[in-house]
Amino acid sequence: MTTQTNPRNAVRRSKPKRSPLLTALTALMLIYSLVPLVWLLINASKTQEGLFTSFGLWFDDDFALFRNIRDTLTYDDGVFVRWLLNTLLYVVLGAGGATALATLGGYALAKFDFPGKRGVFAVVIGAVAVPGTALAVPTFLMFSKLGLTNTPWAVIIPSLISPFGLYLMWTFAASAIPGELLEAARVDGAGELRTFFRICMPLLAPGIVTVALFTMVATWNNYFLPLIMLKDPDWYPLTLGLNAWNDQAATAGGQAIFHLVITGSLLTILPLLAAFLFLQRYWQSGLAAGGVKD
Amino acid sequence: MTVLAPPTISRTGQADRRPARRRRSWTGWAFVGPFMAVFAFVFVAPIAYAIYLSVFRTRLIGGTSFVGLDNYQQVFTDPQFWSATWRVTLFLLVQVPIMLFLALLIALAIDSGRLYGKAFFRVAVFMPYAVPAVVATLMWGFMYGSRFGLVGNINDTFGVALPDPLSPDLVLASIGNIVTWEFVGYNMLIFYSALQVVPKSLYEAAELDGASQLQVIRSVKLPAIKGALLIATIFSIIGSFQLFNEPSILQSLAPNAITTYFTPNMYAYSLSFSGQQYNYSATVAIVMGILTMIVAYAVQLRGTRKDR
Repeated sequence: MTTQTNPRNAVRRSKPKRSPLLTALTALMLIYSLVPLVWLLINASKTQEGLFTSFGLWFDDDFALFRNIRDTLTYDDGVFVRWLLNTLLYVVLGAGGATALATLGGYALAKFDFPGKRGVFAVVIGAVAVPGTALAVPTFLMFSKLGLTNTPWAVIIPSLISPFGLYLMWTFAASAIPGELLEAARVDGAGELRTFFRICMPLLAPGIVTVALFTMVATWNNYFLPLIMLKDPDWYPLTLGLNAWNDQAATAGGQAIFHLVITGSLLTILPLLAAFLFLQRYWQSGLAAGGVKD
Repeated sequence: MTVLAPPTISRTGQADRRPARRRRSWTGWAFVGPFMAVFAFVFVAPIAYAIYLSVFRTRLIGGTSFVGLDNYQQVFTDPQFWSATWRVTLFLLVQVPIMLFLALLIALAIDSGRLYGKAFFRVAVFMPYAVPAVVATLMWGFMYGSRFGLVGNINDTFGVALPDPLSPDLVLASIGNIVTWEFVGYNMLIFYSALQVVPKSLYEAAELDGASQLQVIRSVKLPAIKGALLIATIFSIIGSFQLFNEPSILQSLAPNAITTYFTPNMYAYSLSFSGQQYNYSATVAIVMGILTMIVAYAVQLRGTRKDR
């Protein structure tokens, strides 16, 4: 596949013509992707009664969005805010730590030759194939022996490892940092840490943002791990809390609060959607450059 | 192992002409060490502990005793385990191809440069990936519902009786739809990123040779992103085998359709947390992990054969 266009033919072709038909067909997929989100937005503006009496994809006469937001934040002594803060704690420490570990590790794998490197390759590549949730039950049993369950550490520590993040950083670092640059820094007598922080970190920025976003999503959205690790609702992240609210309707004597589940869901997804939209430039270039080329 | 083939390890600069071993030192460990230490604690240790647990059994009378491979023997003849495994296999065979095919179509459409507003398409289709499985499942669960969901609305408005998406016959398809919705954009982005790095000169050459768009896709684009296709397939297989969140959350909306052994992971979970059968639960987790690795490895071997 090393076709070389000869110079005469290498003239840049004009941009392909836009096709309304193809756009319309792809728009079907767009509608599929967006309808549930639109549904969520519309129904977050309805009262608990309105949910049952109005058409799902249009607003009710009674526009209750702001009331719902207030109720969501204050229901049960503001437990939703507590869950939000827990989630932030897990994201900052878990995803932040995972990004740091993956960045350091990926850099080492891409730029150093060290004893046991092949072993690290093999183990980590193998780990990508290990089903994460198959680990969850043994991890729970081990953590309960160590007295870590029902504490924030039980959620944070397992979030620290992202084999995919390591892989992404490693491919990214390999292409983003020229070997000559490192060599020059060493010749100049810069220490390894200084070289890393001063010279390599800026070059790795798009990769770091990409890994940070993806580990952030993984931690923010984590459900299975906190579900098995946490008993105390005070340590719940948002995902567990929302599910508990939803289940409340099914328990004997429980109050149905579907309007709060829906509004809470909306509030839960907004920060991540915003992060992805605002950081687009970074993560898209991070994925394209370091991601998944063969 | 060429799927995750490492990038070529950087060679040192021009001035250095000594053999490759030269820079081999322990310095690298200072950077990769922290990762490996935590990795050992949260990956290696639990696996070792699970293997240890799986060769013991706790009885009400007599306490815990070493039973060798008895637990494994029990798994292999356990109808609930096999029913769960068969269900996720069916899911895998139907949902994964549909999802990846859709993702590939959109990636090719966006990459073709023939769409109006391609940046908007790319981001909007990817958005559901940022929605937690819990929220996605609750949303779709509510929409599926016949009380205040869209299905209920349609039934009322048109006076029809659509089949209940949460009935036992349809619930697996309904879960498949939720999972497709969540991950089609993610896979699209993997394919699209891979397409971006295909050298443009390749298509230009093909087009100058008079190749049609479809031929370019078939003989240039698809072979060029084979690695990405393979990675996405393997991740999807792993994801299907570990299916847990969606059925587990839907359970409260469809209690009759989803059993406690609906998927192998739900089975392992309920064995541990409702049944206190930790040893057996660890065995189920190990067997499932091994099955997943075998399937993922087989796909990888097939996919990396040169003459596909």
